[in-house]
Amino acid sequence: MSADTATKETAEPASKVDIPDHLGGGAGEIPSFDCTFLIARFNPEEDSEPHWEEYKVTMHGTDRVLDALHKIKWEMDGSLSFRRSCAHGVCGSDAMRINGRNRLACKTLLKDLDTNKTITVEAIKGLPLEKDLIVDMDPFFQSYREIMPFLITSGHEPTRERLQSAEDRERFDDTTKCILCASCTTSCPVFWTDGQYFGPASIVNAHRFIFDSRDQGGDLRLEVLNDKEGVWRCRTTFNCTEACPRGIQITKAIAEVKQALLERAF
Amino acid sequence: MATPTIPAPRAEYDRHKTTRSQFELFAWLFMRLSGVVLVILIFGHLFVNLWSGSGVHQLDFGFVGGKWANPFWQIWDLVMLWLAMLHGTNGMRTIISDYTEKPGTRVALQLTLYIASGIVVVLGTLVVFTFNPCPTGADPSLLASFCKA
Ligand code: HEM
Ligand code: SF4
Ligand code: FES
Repeated sequence: MSADTATKETAEPASKVDIPDHLGGGAGEIPSFDCTFLIARFNPEEDSEPHWEEYKVTMHGTDRVLDALHKIKWEMDGSLSFRRSCAHGVCGSDAMRINGRNRLACKTLLKDLDTNKTITVEAIKGLPLEKDLIVDMDPFFQSYREIMPFLITSGHEPTRERLQSAEDRERFDDTTKCILCASCTTSCPVFWTDGQYFGPASIVNAHRFIFDSRDQGGDLRLEVLNDKEGVWRCRTTFNCTEACPRGIQITKAIAEVKQALLERAF
Repeated sequence: MATPTIPAPRAEYDRHKTTRSQFELFAWLFMRLSGVVLVILIFGHLFVNLWSGSGVHQLDFGFVGGKWANPFWQIWDLVMLWLAMLHGTNGMRTIISDYTEKPGTRVALQLTLYIASGIVVVLGTLVVFTFNPCPTGADPSLLASFCKA
């Protein structure tokens, strides 16, 4: 190699993540720190109840809870079970209860948690527990299907795309962001005690079509959500809004559906 | 020519039957509207009984008798009784639905609730309208002092 090719190499851009010094934010190699995890383990073949197990791991300041779970599974205990797919906050498969709050393991940086204290990780609540951090998502998707999450139209199909103004698109923009992770529904105390409640995620996805100017099935969906286990079950506790990893204003969306139902009735 | 067959989906697409009932909508609306009215009625009630005049010391049999001699307070207390009972009963109905798991327990508890509320509403209404501090022909030693006049 000649000297001038070496000088053409571009320098690595500076990290956009600010890591505090005690977590290894200083210059040089990425320093590491120790943290303790308490993970709720459940083996359906042996246990009747989940139990806590402690793991001590050495992690880096740039790591997320998901990296710690990987480290535990790959280097300490291969039987630890959890779901994850994209590892980048897109697929919605790794919602779990971290330090008592529902979050995505792949979007929760260790530096944002108090690493001097034990970090607890358990499965999301209110859905049947299958193993360790894995729950049965069927009841969740069942109620999602019931609100008909697809475009419903009548009349002739246009020969070109269905146009929509920027304002009309803006009307339901917030609720298009849902990744169906179930963080919201499984943070709702009404859902914990009454599993029949449609839950915030279904209402969010109904909202996405009810307020879409191109859709004509709004009335059908409102009828479904007007029912006993629909929007009127919501007690505005805001747990869903706090839990959503996409920052969707869920309680506001539910209130808008309630208002649409009231306007339809009077 | 053989037509290709597409296998049927494993699970049927089953959907709740919608009842088309507006009950929950009106129950939700009622909680909010009755709440607003109750704020006025309850704080008005507390102010007149416990604050104005000589305050809590004025409260006795005669004070209540005097208030219910006035149709204004009769209506006030009647509306307060009915709204608070319907509001409270509906709130308890919701809480029972939250916490019961078996339909049998839910129906039993809600039935008990409705019967208890029914008794309170009927008795309360009766008292507001028929209250007579000085019933005729009663044992004079049991009557309030102002009845002798
Ligand atoms: C002072 C005026 C009052 C206001 C403004 C008010 C307002 C409300 C509202 C808006 C709700 C619905 C909450 C929700 O759906 O999330 C509610 C629920 C409830 N209220 Fe009231 N209320 C008042 C007085 C009362 C009284 C006097 C009683 C008892 C007789 C009562 C008993 C209840 C109960 C048991 C619930 C259900 C609680 C729950 O859903 O967790 N309230 N109230
Ligand atoms: S609304 Fe937010 S919390 Fe709820 S399922 Fe969608 S992305 Fe997850
Ligand atoms: S693994 Fe896909 S959202 Fe976390």
